[in-house]
Amino acid sequence: MANITRSPWLLHYDGSSCNGCDIEVLACLTPVYDAERLGVMNTGDPMQADIFLITGGINEQNRPTVKQLYDQMPSPKVVVAVGVCACTGGIFKECYNILGGADTTIPVDIYVPGCAARPEAIIDGIVKAVALFQKRSDDYKAKVKEKKKAGK
Amino acid sequence: MNNGVIYAILYILLAPLIGGLLEGIDRKISARMQRRVGPPLLQPFYDVIKLFNKETISVDSAQTFLLLTYFVLMVVTGVMFFSGSDILMCFFVLSTAATFLYFAGVITSSPYSSIGAQRELIQMMAYEPAVLLTCVGFYLAAGSFNVREIAGTDISYILFLPGFFIAFVFILTIKMRKSPFDTSTPHHMHQELVKGITTEMGSKNLALFQITEWYENVFLMGVICLFIVNSSWISLIVSVIVFLIVYFVEILIDNTNARMKWADMLTITWIVTFFSAGVNLVVLMVIR
Repeated sequence: MANITRSPWLLHYDGSSCNGCDIEVLACLTPVYDAERLGVMNTGDPMQADIFLITGGINEQNRPTVKQLYDQMPSPKVVVAVGVCACTGGIFKECYNILGGADTTIPVDIYVPGCAARPEAIIDGIVKAVALFQKRSDDYKAKVKEKKKAGK
Repeated sequence: MNNGVIYAILYILLAPLIGGLLEGIDRKISARMQRRVGPPLLQPFYDVIKLFNKETISVDSAQTFLLLTYFVLMVVTGVMFFSGSDILMCFFVLSTAATFLYFAGVITSSPYSSIGAQRELIQMMAYEPAVLLTCVGFYLAAGSFNVREIAGTDISYILFLPGFFIAFVFILTIKMRKSPFDTSTPHHMHQELVKGITTEMGSKNLALFQITEWYENVFLMGVICLFIVNSSWISLIVSVIVFLIVYFVEILIDNTNARMKWADMLTITWIVTFFSAGVNLVVLMVIR
């Protein structure tokens, strides 16, 4: 199986976050933390992304957007919820417009807690996501092979 | 005659490796310039391998065909150049290849991709005069468009063509998709058009685009070397050194400039082309 753990490309989406987590996500790419040394790139294009980084809770307004972004990503893919809002809804949980964490709309694989989540925690989450990404990729390859065999 | 065939085969086999390595070096040096550690040297290869291992989602199935045509025409350009045929013809095939990239961009009808594709056309408009003038310059200096005859003489033509060299290095910034002229698609990170012309290219299509870029870069570096190369073997070493310097200068420009608007790009490129290549052309015509 091909080793694809060296090149995780991120799609970063800001749900209804207060921007605290978003600044920390971008801080991961600055010289201090330099996530690019792990091959991480912040693409902003769902068609090219492998890991979906979502911050902030889900509300009625951004729900279709999040769902669409997730659907546009080619498998294998991994979803990381960054910050307590994306995990559970956080302090906005009781608000009339908030549905809850990212897992109310799409299947979340890794939860990174914190308010705001620390860059170290985010990088740790990404590293965990990368391991899962490799596993998904292997499963996906096996599935494709099986399909080909069945087709023949 | 056999020499040309060997060079062409070497180009087909080695260009993606050299192109990928150059991009790896580019990313490493860029990172060091920003005081980062940067990705490993082989990162571009890791990226492409990963892209080949992903599910293919394409908005329009014709896109793969168009990108394949872009790829094949780019390889043909390089093969023609390194086998020593007509340099003018090489650049015509290169322009045709770029047109197919434009079609691959607009066929998805995504606004980001379409605007990126239109900017690609504007970029072609900006660099095409300098490219054609370079061919004319080689003809005036060497008396031939033939790459083998240009490279086979006793003198390096950069002595006759310094203005053309400057113009060509200037438009190289556009061709290599470096800031400040990376309007159609950025070399790294995202921009106001998400990913510009490559927005709707995922997995295998993007990998194909990436590999084509490597072929293109190696071809362009070959043209840079053509300014230096003559019949002696020392000139080969000098030309490699010159192209490494040019590559470093491009990285430096990339890291010290912000993206420009397309109108500014067009004006500046044409002014530089006119004053360096144009003046050189007049001087050359007076001397000869």
